[in-house]
Amino acid sequence: MSGLIVTALVVLVFIVIYQIAKASELATILRGEEKVQLQTNRLMAWLMLAFFVLGLIGIYKCHVDLIDKMLPESASVQGDNYDQMLIVTLALTGFVFFVTHIALFYFIFRYQSTPGRKAYYYSHNNRLEVLWTTVPALALVTLVVIGLKNWFAMTDKPPADSMVVQIMGKQFNWIIRYPGADGVLGKTDFRLINDANNVLGLDWNDPAAKDDIIVENGEMHIINKRNVHLVINSRDVIHDVGLPHFRMKMDAVPGITTTMWFTPKFTSEEMKKKTKNPDFVYEIACDQMCGKGHYSMRGTVIVQTEAEFKEWIGGQPSYYSLHNEAKPAVPAETEPADSASTGGTAMQVSTIY
Amino acid sequence: MSNEATIGQAHAAHAHPDSHGHAHGHEHHEQHFIMKWIFSMDHKVIAKQYLITGIIWAIVGALFSVFFRLQLGFPEDTFPIMEKFLGHWAKGGKLTPEFYYALVTMHGTILIFFVLTAGLSGTFSNLLIPLQIGARDMASTFMNMLSYWVFFISSVIMFASLFVQTGPAAGGWTTYPPLSALKEASLGSGIGMDLWLISMALFVVSQLLAGLNYITTILNMRTKGMKMTRMPLTMWSFLFTAVLGVLSFPVLLSGFVLLIFDRHAGTSFYLSEIFIGGKALSHIGGSAILYQHLFWFLGHPEVYIVMLPGMGMASEILSTHSRKPIFGYLAMIISLLGITSLAFVVWAHHMFVTGMSPFLGGIFVLLTLLIAIPSAIKVFNWLTTIWRGNLKFTVPMMFALGFVSLFISGGLTGIFLGNSALDIHLHDTYFVIAHFHLVMGVSSFFGMFAGIYHWFPKMFGRFMNNTLGYIHFFVTLAGAYLIFWPMHYEGFAGMPRRYYDYSAWESFKQFGSLNAFISIVVIIVFFAQLVFVFNFFISIFKGRKVTSPNPWGSTTLEWTTPINPGHGNWEGDIPEVHRWPYDYKDDGNGNDFVPQHIPLKPGEEGH
Repeated sequence: MSGLIVTALVVLVFIVIYQIAKASELATILRGEEKVQLQTNRLMAWLMLAFFVLGLIGIYKCHVDLIDKMLPESASVQGDNYDQMLIVTLALTGFVFFVTHIALFYFIFRYQSTPGRKAYYYSHNNRLEVLWTTVPALALVTLVVIGLKNWFAMTDKPPADSMVVQIMGKQFNWIIRYPGADGVLGKTDFRLINDANNVLGLDWNDPAAKDDIIVENGEMHIINKRNVHLVINSRDVIHDVGLPHFRMKMDAVPGITTTMWFTPKFTSEEMKKKTKNPDFVYEIACDQMCGKGHYSMRGTVIVQTEAEFKEWIGGQPSYYSLHNEAKPAVPAETEPADSASTGGTAMQVSTIY
Repeated sequence: MSNEATIGQAHAAHAHPDSHGHAHGHEHHEQHFIMKWIFSMDHKVIAKQYLITGIIWAIVGALFSVFFRLQLGFPEDTFPIMEKFLGHWAKGGKLTPEFYYALVTMHGTILIFFVLTAGLSGTFSNLLIPLQIGARDMASTFMNMLSYWVFFISSVIMFASLFVQTGPAAGGWTTYPPLSALKEASLGSGIGMDLWLISMALFVVSQLLAGLNYITTILNMRTKGMKMTRMPLTMWSFLFTAVLGVLSFPVLLSGFVLLIFDRHAGTSFYLSEIFIGGKALSHIGGSAILYQHLFWFLGHPEVYIVMLPGMGMASEILSTHSRKPIFGYLAMIISLLGITSLAFVVWAHHMFVTGMSPFLGGIFVLLTLLIAIPSAIKVFNWLTTIWRGNLKFTVPMMFALGFVSLFISGGLTGIFLGNSALDIHLHDTYFVIAHFHLVMGVSSFFGMFAGIYHWFPKMFGRFMNNTLGYIHFFVTLAGAYLIFWPMHYEGFAGMPRRYYDYSAWESFKQFGSLNAFISIVVIIVFFAQLVFVFNFFISIFKGRKVTSPNPWGSTTLEWTTPINPGHGNWEGDIPEVHRWPYDYKDDGNGNDFVPQHIPLKPGEEGH
């Protein structure tokens, strides 16, 4: 019933608007079309001017309101280059935006039709056209040069001393794997995946797999100021590892391994102080639509000092030891880390990481 | 092929084997209603059919955006009215995540393909090509009718998919596999996805039928004196639009066919090493990225398919209502050609974060930023066109001016996204949404609105109401900026697109009040569009009547036809063309324009 009333009201409003509009049309005919056209033209010129001025105020207001909600300073070394490039591009495009809009709205107001006004017949000017072909071309070349320099630096091979971490996307969370004491990620095969005891499909015939550490809650620990090389995979559909604070992003594609690397600059604790937000956390956002839970596919990154990290990883048992306890102990020579004490593991880690 | 011969064929197809093979529309008054308005082969009627179908789709697509904006703006609240529209998809007035994604997907599909491709090119290519080049109809009137009806069937199938139990396709308008290939991956990847693929395959067929016709007509059926370099810029833009479609839509179709095979024939074109629904699938060796290449090989040209008609119409309208020739006619054509050629070699800039070869990425950066040059030329030429003009702020002129503003605002942000290093952080955030909505969404719509207001008198012999037109213009322009300008900031902050709810995210939840603000503006703008729809339909029957055949004082040929032209367009001979289309100058008799069919005066130089 209420729906009906609302609909009726909306229809009524439309009819009223239409009647007013119709009346103005009739008035036009009564008062003489030319006169009304002149008045309308003047009114529109003023309204466009008003729109422009209000628009500028709006742009300013929007900026003031939102600037505090932007991301804090980049948390990665690579992100610094990114931010610099962003500012250069913003300055350049901003300049073009304001110049063209000032011209547009100035011309609109200045050259509005008035009685007796004649348009200037001006069909082309080769010099002008060459000018505004070459100037944008030069500006764009500058941007391309900066862009490609950063692009090739970012997509270059990760430095050899990087710590390797695998991140695997699945509907709808992230699984993190560390190579364990041997520093090598063991082989996997998707046909071995089993949600109960082998979420990544590790191949137990590969000795390198047995010391791998898996974190299933999507919490990635990395070491501050140490290059991190992410090995990115997906188990089902395409996901995307989005790390806004580090200005990084890369798709996770089933059947294909992608990578990215970066150098974190601030630990999570430092960032909490920097942003004055005790709840601050580096988040991993899935940036590729992956199904109904896409919006909740959240992971976190904990950037720690080397000592903190060693302590943390030392407390993490290997995935094999967690899920294959029923089996008899594996021969020691293939499982050095497993049989070692916690302290031993930490030592091993320190040589690898 | 002469025009007269072609219209003769059209008559034969009309089952009118009368002796006057070259007879004209005014002899057709005995035609049955169904032949005249439904299965018509008159390009003007087909144009109206495309337009009205497009308007209906636009309302549906816009309404969907209102629904999902309600969710985004007010994630805590419930809206019982949504349950009325959406039933169990919005139980208790709260959208389910599955249907949220279905709405997002359908919003994109509908507006990009059904409104801004079919509704835009379909309407204006059909209406204007024969009228502006001086032809009695399209090269193949039957194929033209067929293209509309294939589009109609495609529309019916897409519409039907909205009512499927498991919902319509929900994998985004790009429908990337494996999400779209595996029914285990999402509810929308069930029957809804099959219907989507069938509908889109038919849509491609309809676009090819239409596009081939447009190209053939423009190349072969120009009236005497209508050299290519005397064609209005609208013609050039429709020609290039059709070329883009004809060359790239088939690639999309191939992508869809492979996807259908992967879904139903057990092939592995796009699938490899997948564990889903508790078991490992047998597919090995395919590449999910292959689909993206095939998709974007159309997907990017598609952006220009949507953009170019608006550019052409804005050029025409800016010139007419400034009473001044378009500045740099030749440069405008060359830049259209540049955009068209480059459009085919920039597609992978949508895929910078898929792990593509960095070298290849570098090439695509270079080619993508190149396309900014012809775009810049066009903007400067438009600005120079209105410079020292005699600007008449009619409703179509307002929309054409709005088009220029929006094209600049949206185009500039393309420079960010085309540069791969910057794209990494901005990819799939609200920055992308802001960019493409401004540049190819709203500005194309502005081109379309400008065209509708400008050529409405030609279509229906009446004017649309001005007051409603101005209201529509200002609310839509202000609304577009209020909605999309702040979204750039959300994008800089890394806020991902296609999220159902941001409140659990420490990094993005600070935008809650902004999202609510945007949603409110969306609702207001939606009602402003209803004002337009209302104005459009009422004016068909009640609008102020056009009294002069050339109400805007325009130079092009469509205004030499009678106010309500019949099938065949001109009652006598088709006028001969003697001059370029933008001769807005003193004709010596107190008029400020010289139509194309007026012969050069002795001693007068052509353009």
